[in-house]
This record gives sequence, structure tokens and C-alpha cells, in this order.
Amino acid sequence: MSTGPRGRRRVVITGLGVVTPLGNEVEAFWSALLAGRSGVGPITHFDTSRFRTHIAAEVKDFRPEQHFDKREVRRLDPYSQYFVVACRQALAAAGVKFGPDDPDAVNAGVMVGGGFGGMGTFIEEVSVLLERGPERVSPTGIPKIIANMAAGLVSIEHNLLGPVSCVVTACSASANAIGDAAELIRRGAAELMVAGGSEAAITPYGLAGFNQARALSVRNDDPERASRPFDAERDGFVMGEGAGAVVLEEREGALSRGAPILGELIGYGMSADAYHITLPRPGGTGAARAMQAALRDAGMGPSDIGYINAHGTSTEANDAGETAAIKIAFGEDAYRVPVSSTKSMTGHLLGGAGAVEAIVSLLALNRGMLPPTINQEHPDPECDLDYVPNAARPFEAEYAMSNSFGFGGHNVALIVGSERVAATA
Amino acid sequence: MGEMDKTEIESRLRDVLVSELGLDADKINRTANFETDLDVDSLGVVELLMAMEDEFGVKIPDDEAEHIHTVGEAIDLVHGKLSA
Repeated sequence: MSTGPRGRRRVVITGLGVVTPLGNEVEAFWSALLAGRSGVGPITHFDTSRFRTHIAAEVKDFRPEQHFDKREVRRLDPYSQYFVVACRQALAAAGVKFGPDDPDAVNAGVMVGGGFGGMGTFIEEVSVLLERGPERVSPTGIPKIIANMAAGLVSIEHNLLGPVSCVVTACSASANAIGDAAELIRRGAAELMVAGGSEAAITPYGLAGFNQARALSVRNDDPERASRPFDAERDGFVMGEGAGAVVLEEREGALSRGAPILGELIGYGMSADAYHITLPRPGGTGAARAMQAALRDAGMGPSDIGYINAHGTSTEANDAGETAAIKIAFGEDAYRVPVSSTKSMTGHLLGGAGAVEAIVSLLALNRGMLPPTINQEHPDPECDLDYVPNAARPFEAEYAMSNSFGFGGHNVALIVGSERVAATA
Repeated sequence: MGEMDKTEIESRLRDVLVSELGLDADKINRTANFETDLDVDSLGVVELLMAMEDEFGVKIPDDEAEHIHTVGEAIDLVHGKLSA
């Protein structure tokens, strides 16, 4: 058996799936990132005239009836719809299909990460409760709202009989889901996991809540330039939505079934800020410890990392703090390693961000191209790294780190290896 | 509103089943069993009762709801309540 650091089982990536503001499948999404396109525009889901912010990065051209029957359309919140569709893509790409009597199904599972769950449904059901009374609340409301249902739905659809679970850690949720799923495979609790996350919080409450926290950009007249991580004129994050999913497998099993080997999950680190409910700890020491933990988990040093996909939300506090954190964790290498925030194009997918950005990190390695941070116009002295400004560029590397931080002080770093690394014994 | 006949109840019930429960219109007839023919699960039964109450302005207690297995029985129950 091939083993990684500490003699443990290796976890390879064999399928990818995305539903994003820049495309609802992997190739369209990747092309848009390399072109430096913004997925941000005026919000169309509801009337925003009473809100401070009128812009977001919405998923486009996603027609539920193309993916689900009529009853499913009614019973699945967009949060679950996005995740189910991303998982279908990933499992199909991996060539995974478990029939009803397949003995391997008991060793396959699913892990979803989400910040909220079915927020839009929750608002609607609470409105019904208040306006029409308890006996008019829908019997399918609770299963439509709970964040774990997205995983349950995937297990039902694909007959995954092993570990099925859910992580709710705000904007680091789907990075945690991928890391936790990989851990299950490493310790032998599963052979295959489809893992990732989703969010569909561009709802009246989501927008109002983040607005009141003064977290969102109000650059309403210039939506495509609103998400500008690390730029001196950044004024908050731009809400995004969508989902990402990867298929993770024990390497020997994946090789023996002839699965496409797209990459390897090499390292997973977590830490807590233990500081404030929403603000990151100034100086970035909490985030730095997550990056250092991921490097230790991978058995690597900073010089091994060829690209960092930053959390890079475009908030004042995150981008300065994350830059400081990278300097702590990477030392001299902080100025060498290219760092980009694809949130400049996708907006912030919240609970879905970590999975989508792990996928971006892997594609960057495999395709030899760095996706840019767009809207870099006004340098911020506190943000002085190489953020791959405004245009994609070629590079060569085998390992990338993806950072995700969440309200509550959650810090997560994943390290992925290229398809070349994964193929090497 | 004058007394509603069963044909009108059926027509309106059919529309509700399609719009509110997402059922296939061509499978709906008076003998169709909600569970076995129309694939209405336990949650769907509650949706059905709520939809019937809203559409026809009647109240259907759980003990009466237990006797509804087919579309025809649902029509009869509504007709009985509206005629009472």
C-alpha cells in the first residue's frame, strides 16, 4: 500500500463538480477565471431597493426543472439543489456508480459543508408561521431547511451507505468538509467520499444580516469592480452562491478501478482565533497556525507550496490579516509564492467557498495557470504580496494551499497536490 | 357561491394536486390511490390536506384525513363538508 507522511493511506481526487456565478460546470468556470471575468451584478433574486447593497454574484442559468422532477424542485432549497448537481458532476467524472446491491456502497459516503442550509426556505416558513399560523407551515419545510439534508439527498440518489455527515463552520465549512472526509478515508472509515459544500444565502435576510454587520461592499454602481481583495479601496465582500464537490478516494482503490487521477489531498490544518465572533484576530496569528498545521500535516515546508488560493474576501480586516498570516507561516517565501483571491471574480460563496477554491487550486496546478485577483488598482501598503494582479499567468508547481476562514474564528487550510503528484508512487 | 358539484371539486382538486404537490396531471383520476399510484409520501399527505383546506375553505381533522386513500375519497369528503 502506498503511504504518505506518517505511513498513512493516501487520498486522491478523482472527480470535480461546480455550480458557480461563473459557470455551472468545471470547464466553463475555469475559462471564466482565466479570462478574469467578474460574476458580480445587480441582484435579480428579489427587490433590493430597501437594502444598502444591491449587488451579488448570483448563479446564472440554473434551471431547477432541468435537474429535478417537479416534487424535488418543490422540496429542495437551492442550497441542496446546487450541492446535488455539483456532486452529480463529480461522481460522473469519477465514473462512480453504486447499484442497489453493490458491496462497495457501504464504504462510500458524502460530507457537505454549509454556512446556513436552506436560508430562503427558513425565511418563507417563518413568514407563513407569523402571518398564517402554525397549521399552515409546510411539512417539508424542516427537511428543506436543515443543512445536512444536502448530504442525505446525495446519499439517497447515489446509494452511498457509508459515512454521511455535515459541517457547519460558516465560510470555512466546505474546506472542513473536504478535510474531514479525507481524514475518514485516511483512517479507513471510508474508501470513497464525495465532499464539498454549498450556499444559497442571497436572500433578503442574508443580505440584510451581512449589511447590518457592515460586511458587504456597497459599490452598487460598479458591480464588476466591487470585489477587490487586497486593493486599498476594498469596501467589503460581495455575496456569492453555489456549490463545489470533489470525489476523494483511497489511492490504491482508485488506481485499481482505473479512476481518473486528478490530484491528491495532501494536507489539512485547522485553528481557532479564539478572539471575536466575526473579526479575525489582528496580526493573523490564528490563520497562520492553520497554514502551519496544514504544512505539518503534509510533511512540507513553505518552499514546497507554489500557489496560495487566499480566503481574500475583500474586507478590510480579512485581507490585511491574511497577508500578515501568510508572512508568519511562510517567512521569506511569502514574497515568492503567488497568492490570488478568486473571490474577486466569484464573490464569496460562504459555506461553498472552500470547496470551489480547493478545485481552483487543483486546476491551477494541473493546467499550469494562475487565476488572477482582479480589480487590483490601488496598492495597499499592508497588502504587499504577489496577488497575481488582474491577469492570469503561467506557472509550474506541484502543490497549492487553499485558505478558508469563518465567522466564529474558524481557520482552515487545505493543501492539494497535482495530478502528477497523485500519479507518483 | 352555490353548491359545488363533484365535477367542479374534481377539477379544482386536480389543479391543486398539480400546482401544489407537483403530481402528474395525467395520472390523476378518481380511483387513483395517493400512496401507491401517485407516490404521495407521509409528508405529501399533510401537504395534500393543507392544499384541500386552503382550496375549499374546509377543515379536515386528522381522524377524517385517515380515511382518504384515493382521489375519489378526497372529492367525496370535500363534497360532504360543503353540502353539510
